[in-house]
Amino acid sequence: MALQAIAFYILAAATLGAGLLVISAKNPVHSVLFLIAAFFAAAGLFVLLGAEFLAMILVVVYVGAVAVLFLFVVMMLDIDFAALRAGFSRYLPIGAVVATILVVEMVAVSVGVAERGAAAGAVPLAPTSVTNAEAIGRVLYTDYVYFFQAAGMILLVAMIGAIVLTLRHRTGVRRQSVVDQTARTPATGMRLVQIKSGEGLVE
Amino acid sequence: MTIGLTHYLTVAAILFTIGVLGIFINRKNVIVILMSIELILLAVNINLVAFSVYLHQVTGQIYAMVVLTVAAAEAAVGLAILVTYFRNRGDIAVDGANVMKG
Repeated sequence: MALQAIAFYILAAATLGAGLLVISAKNPVHSVLFLIAAFFAAAGLFVLLGAEFLAMILVVVYVGAVAVLFLFVVMMLDIDFAALRAGFSRYLPIGAVVATILVVEMVAVSVGVAERGAAAGAVPLAPTSVTNAEAIGRVLYTDYVYFFQAAGMILLVAMIGAIVLTLRHRTGVRRQSVVDQTARTPATGMRLVQIKSGEGLVE
Repeated sequence: MTIGLTHYLTVAAILFTIGVLGIFINRKNVIVILMSIELILLAVNINLVAFSVYLHQVTGQIYAMVVLTVAAAEAAVGLAILVTYFRNRGDIAVDGANVMKG
C-alpha cells in the first residue's frame, strides 16, 4: 500500500506540474512537450487505478497522434510568440482569483461525493481473472455497440472536416489530366501544315 | 494512508482548474487554449476512470474512450481551422477574429 501511495503522489505531482508548465511555458513547443509529459503521467495514474487498456490508448492516441499534430502545427506556422503573450500578466490576477474559487469548490464537491456519494467506502476493483481489456471488450461490442459506431462516425466527420478545411487548390499549377490524354485522337492531336520552302513556320 | 477515490478526484479537480486558468491567461494564443482544453478533457477522463474503478462498473471507461475520441477529433478540426486562419491573416491572435464577421 505504501508503494502505491508513493507512486500515486509522484504521478499526481508530475501530472499537475506538467499541466502548470503547459499553460505557463514561454515557447509553445515546450508547452506541447509538457502536454506529452502530463499525458504520460496521467496514463500512469490510469495503470495505478487498474485501467491498463485506457492508459495504453491514452499514450497511443495522445502521444502518438494528437501531440505530434500539435508539434507539426506549432513548428509549421511562423508565429511571433512574444506578441501572443502580451496579455499574460494582465489576465493573471483575475485568472488566479477565478481558479482559486473553482478549485476550492470542485475539491469540496469531490470530497463530498467521494465520502458520502454512491462510491463512499468502496474499494477499488480487485484484480480478477478477467483482464481490463477483456472487460471493456465484453460491453463495448455488445451493450455499447452504437456508442462505438458513433465514435467511428465522429472520427470520420472530423477527418473529412480537417481535410476540407486545409485543402487548397493552387491556381497556375499544371496538372496531368488522364481523361484528356486518353481522349486524344490523331484528328485532335495533330495538324498538317503546308510550309513553303525557304520560309519556315510562323505561329 | 491509503489512496482512495478522494485523491483521484482532487487531482482531476486541480487539473481541470489548471486548464481553465490556461484559457484565462493565454487569451491570445489559440494553440495553448487548445492544449488547455485537452487538459480539461484529461481531468474529465481521470474522474470517469476513477468512478468506474470504485463503482466496479466498466461503463465509465467506455465513456472515457468516447471522450478521448471527441478530444482527438476536436484537436484535429481545431488545428485545421487554425491553419486556415493563419493562411488568411498571417498570425493567430484570436482577439482579431471578430473582423471575420459577415
